[in-house]
Formats: sequence, structure tokens, C-alpha cells
Amino acid sequence: MTPPTTAAADESQAAAADSGPPRSASGRRGGPGRRPRQAGRLRNLSLPYMLLLPAILLELLVHLVPMILGIVMSFRGITQFFIRNWTQAPWAGLHNFRIALDFNAPIGQALLHSFFVTCAFTALSVGLCWLLGAFVSLMMQDSFRGRGVLRTLFLVPYALPVYAAVITWAFMFQRDNGLINHVLHDQLHLTSDRPFWLIGDNSFYALLIVSVWKGWPFAFLIITAGLQNIPRELYEAAAIDGAGMWQQIRRITMPSLRPVNQVLVLVLFLWTFNDFNTPFVLFGNSAPEAADVISIHIYQASFVTWNFGSGSAMSVLLLLFLLVVTAVYLLATSRRRQDV
Amino acid sequence: MSRAAAHVSPMAPPRSFIWTRRVGLSLISLFVLVPVYVMVSSSLKPLQDVSGAFRWLPSGLTLRPYFDIWQTVPLARYFGNSLIVSGAATICSVIVAIFAAYAVSRYRFRGKRVFTVTVLSTQMFPGILFLLPLFLIFVNIGNTTGIALYGSRGGLILTYLTFSLPFSIWMLIGYFDSIPRDLDEAALVDGCGPLRALFRVVVPAATPGIVAVAVYAFMTAWGEVLFASVMTNDTTRTLAVGLRGYATQNDVYWNQVMAASLVVSVPVVAGFLLLQRYLVAGLTAGAVK
Repeated sequence: MTPPTTAAADESQAAAADSGPPRSASGRRGGPGRRPRQAGRLRNLSLPYMLLLPAILLELLVHLVPMILGIVMSFRGITQFFIRNWTQAPWAGLHNFRIALDFNAPIGQALLHSFFVTCAFTALSVGLCWLLGAFVSLMMQDSFRGRGVLRTLFLVPYALPVYAAVITWAFMFQRDNGLINHVLHDQLHLTSDRPFWLIGDNSFYALLIVSVWKGWPFAFLIITAGLQNIPRELYEAAAIDGAGMWQQIRRITMPSLRPVNQVLVLVLFLWTFNDFNTPFVLFGNSAPEAADVISIHIYQASFVTWNFGSGSAMSVLLLLFLLVVTAVYLLATSRRRQDV
Repeated sequence: MSRAAAHVSPMAPPRSFIWTRRVGLSLISLFVLVPVYVMVSSSLKPLQDVSGAFRWLPSGLTLRPYFDIWQTVPLARYFGNSLIVSGAATICSVIVAIFAAYAVSRYRFRGKRVFTVTVLSTQMFPGILFLLPLFLIFVNIGNTTGIALYGSRGGLILTYLTFSLPFSIWMLIGYFDSIPRDLDEAALVDGCGPLRALFRVVVPAATPGIVAVAVYAFMTAWGEVLFASVMTNDTTRTLAVGLRGYATQNDVYWNQVMAASLVVSVPVVAGFLLLQRYLVAGLTAGAVK
């Protein structure tokens, strides 16, 4: 393990260290008398923290402190008058929460409606993304002619910036000059009139289709990577035992993918539930009621009416919900994994 | 990635499998391709083709939209802003992630688990929850110290680099773990400082993982809409918001919208497709393990 150290090598090392960047030079403060290994051990106590410091500071500034502030803000009555000096805003106690959770009043009702819409949308989107991703990666596990081209093609929706992709879909969903109605109404004559897609009840399906189109390649990417970690001896053994292709998929591939799926489904769930970009670009500032997902709903409650206190309370409720779901999900799936 | 560990079954796949594959993949290709086709073909159509009923084939091809997009909306400025913001966020994010992942992968220290769990759980936060406070923090930092973060590119860079950080750190930890410790320990025994060992030994060996992380960070920053729409003003506006300029006017120039979408997509899509095998390799070695 230890390469032979010659005097020449030592010299060149020292020279390199002297001319090295100031960071590494100051790192070797051991002094000429000490042996490098001892110095290294001393440094090791604080070094990991130094390495982590930038990441910790950034996480604090952009994620953790704002999150704590957000929780504090949810207990205050912050309106547009207090943006510049929000610490002056009056304490509101649980008032913001009470309003958000009063399901008999319009605000609470709208929030509850938005929550259910988001749940339905997320469940369908995650399910379809996973199904498509799993199907395609299984089908493309063996090489065949054109596989590379297809794989590149399938990653295009994932690579496209959200707004570019979603604007294209918005164009396709236009009532009078869009592709969807042209195909459904003019070419296939399936509908008696040209339906609206971006307002009214259909907007839910429009959002779902765009979300799946954009999201399934990620599932495909992760499952493809997961498939490569399955040892091929398993398949060989199964084949010798006479298991056909379909059986191999059911008995070997799917169980081996379980840990990958566990994380993948959770990540897809969180991303879809919190997704703001897709509905925002598709519908603009105000989403139609049928597709009024929670992120847009809170955005409107905060930035359109400038009622930050109420918006923060809704965000905190959302976070609590996601925490509970994640915890329950991890507990349930980990236990099942241990049982198997 | 092209050498995917295809399992070599001694028998050819059954006919049912081949047909499922053919039909399934054809349908999915169609689903994926139609919007891409609409984007490309509409960007080459004259205005009357995209204002009237949709037509699969243009009545005539024109490059006009590609010239007009720069006038209708100050697209070049948005483009420049997006490049600066995404580029800077990517570089910083990768460097910070390398340091953090190296610490977690190579050292034992108190609070390591807390760090990794906390960083990962930030992925769960709804963006909207910290958008409002971050907005207020930036405004207040600007008021008290004079450092303009709200409405500036700096504020956006800071925000975006933190967005891609958790996933980048997570992926690099896995990648660094897969590099034999003997390699950098040998360098340490030879008298290298830990940082030299990191940059001379570990980083070169982890290049695919680092490239993957960089691609991810750039895409994240390039495509973000929520914070861009709140944190920028007219001069610092990025493409994510600027592109809506075509659509909010009374007459929507759909051919220009499509041309602009195509133009802003080319850098990321090209970069992604060129580097995708690194991303898959990085995922295989890191995240998915």
C-alpha cells in the first residue's frame, strides 16, 4: 500500500506543497519538526467540519432559517404593510391556522378542495410515471436495434427546461388552434364541440398529462440505473432453472428493485406534491378550480393578496402533512423490507 | 451506459415479450415525440398557420420567428442572465458539494448522521414555505447592509446553488464511497495534505459523478420558475420568467413562443444528452446503491 518513498520523491512533494494553493499549505501547519502523519491526525478533528462549513452555512441561509422564520411568521398577522419591517407585525396566535382549517368558511373550504385535488393529482401522476418508467426500463434492458436512440429520445422531456416543455403543451391544449382539439374534434370526431383544456374540469387532465410527460423519464433513469446493479448471476441461475423472461422479471427483477423503488416513489411523491413550475407555467397566476394544486393555491394566498401570515400557516400545514406521510411511508416500507 | 448489464438469457426472449416491447415502446415514443414535433414544426411556421386551426404540416417554411424572438422580448438579456445565474450556481454548488461529500465519505465525526439526514430532508420542504421568508430575509438584508440580494443575480445564484446541493452531496457521497480508500490514504501517507489528496486523487477518480452533479445543478437552475418569478426584476429576469412575455400579450405569437422555447432548450438538452451516460453512471454508483 505504501509506495517506496525516495528522497527525490520527498523533495518533489515538499516543493509541490510550497508552491501549492494557500489552503493546502496552511493545512500542513505541523511544522518541519513533526511527522506528517501526526499532523494529519490532529487536523482530522476539525477538518471535516471545515469541509462541511460552506454547505452548512448555505443550507442555514436558504433552507433552515427561512423555514424557522416561516413557522414564526405563521403565528403573525403579516400583511403588505409589514413587508419592510415584518418583526413589527402583530402576533396572531393560532388565528392564521384557525382560518386555514375552518372548513365551513370559504378560505378553509378552498384549501381543503385544493388539498384533495393535489392528492388525486399526485397519486395519479406518481403512479403513471412509475409504471411508464418501470415498463420502459424493463423493455430496454436487453439490447436491440435502436435502443440507444430510443433511450436518448426518452430522456428529452426530462432534459427540456420545464417552462419550454409546458409552454409547448399549453399551445397544444389551446381550444381553437391547438393540436389536441384538432385531433379529437377535426380528425377523429370524438367530441361534438371543441372542449376547453386549460379552464374548467378538463384542466385536471391537462395538468396530469403534462406532469407525466415531464416526470416519467426520471423514473426510467433511476430504474435503469437500479437494474444495472442486479447481479447477472441471478438471471443465469433462474434461466438454468427454466424460468422464462416474464418469470425472471417477476421473481428477480421486481424484488431486487424494491429498495430503489422505495426511494424513487417517495421522491416522486414529494416533487409532484410540491410542484409549482408545471401548473404555474400551464395556467399562469390563477389555476382553474379543477387543477388548483396546493402550491399554486398558497402562492396566490400569499403573493396576490399579500397576506404572508396566512400563506405561511398553509405552508406549515403542508410541511406537517408531508412529514407525517414521509414518516409513515418509510416506517411501512422499511418494515416490509425487513420481513421479506 | 451503452454497455448496460443486459442479462444474457440463453434463450431468445419469447414472442410475447418482443411484441409487447414493439407496441409499448412505439406508443411511448409517439407520446414523447408529438410535443417535440409541435415545438420544432411550429417554430418554422408563418403566423397564420399557428393562429388558425392546427395543421400538421406548415403551409410554408420560414425562419422569421427566429429573428423576431429577439425583438418581441429582450430575450438576449434573459438568456445572458440565465447563463450567468445557472453557470455560477453550478460551479459553486459542485465545489461545495465536493467538500461536504468528501468529509462525509472519508471522516468519522460527531453529527455526521444529523448532517446527512438534515440535508436530505430539505428536499422535502415545499418551495413555497421558504419562498416567503427568504424573500423577506433578502429584502431585510438589503435594507440593513446594502447588499442587494433581492432582485439581483447574486440572490438567485445563492438560492439555486442551495437547491441542487442536497442531491449533489448525496450523489457524491455514494460516488466517493465507491472509490477505494487506499488510493487517497496512500497519498496521505506520502505526505499530501487532505485537500491535495482530495483534488489530486479523489476528484479525478470521481469525474463521472462530478460531471453528473454539474449537469443536474445546471438543469435545476436553468429550469426553476417559482423563485425566478419573485426574486428578479426587469434587468435580472431569467428565461424562466421572460419566456412568458410572449404569452401574456393580447396576440400570442405561438410560432415565436415555440422558436424561443427551442432556442432556450438547446443548451441544456444538448449538454444533457451528451453527458447523460455520466449521469446514469453516477446514479448507478451513487444514489441507487
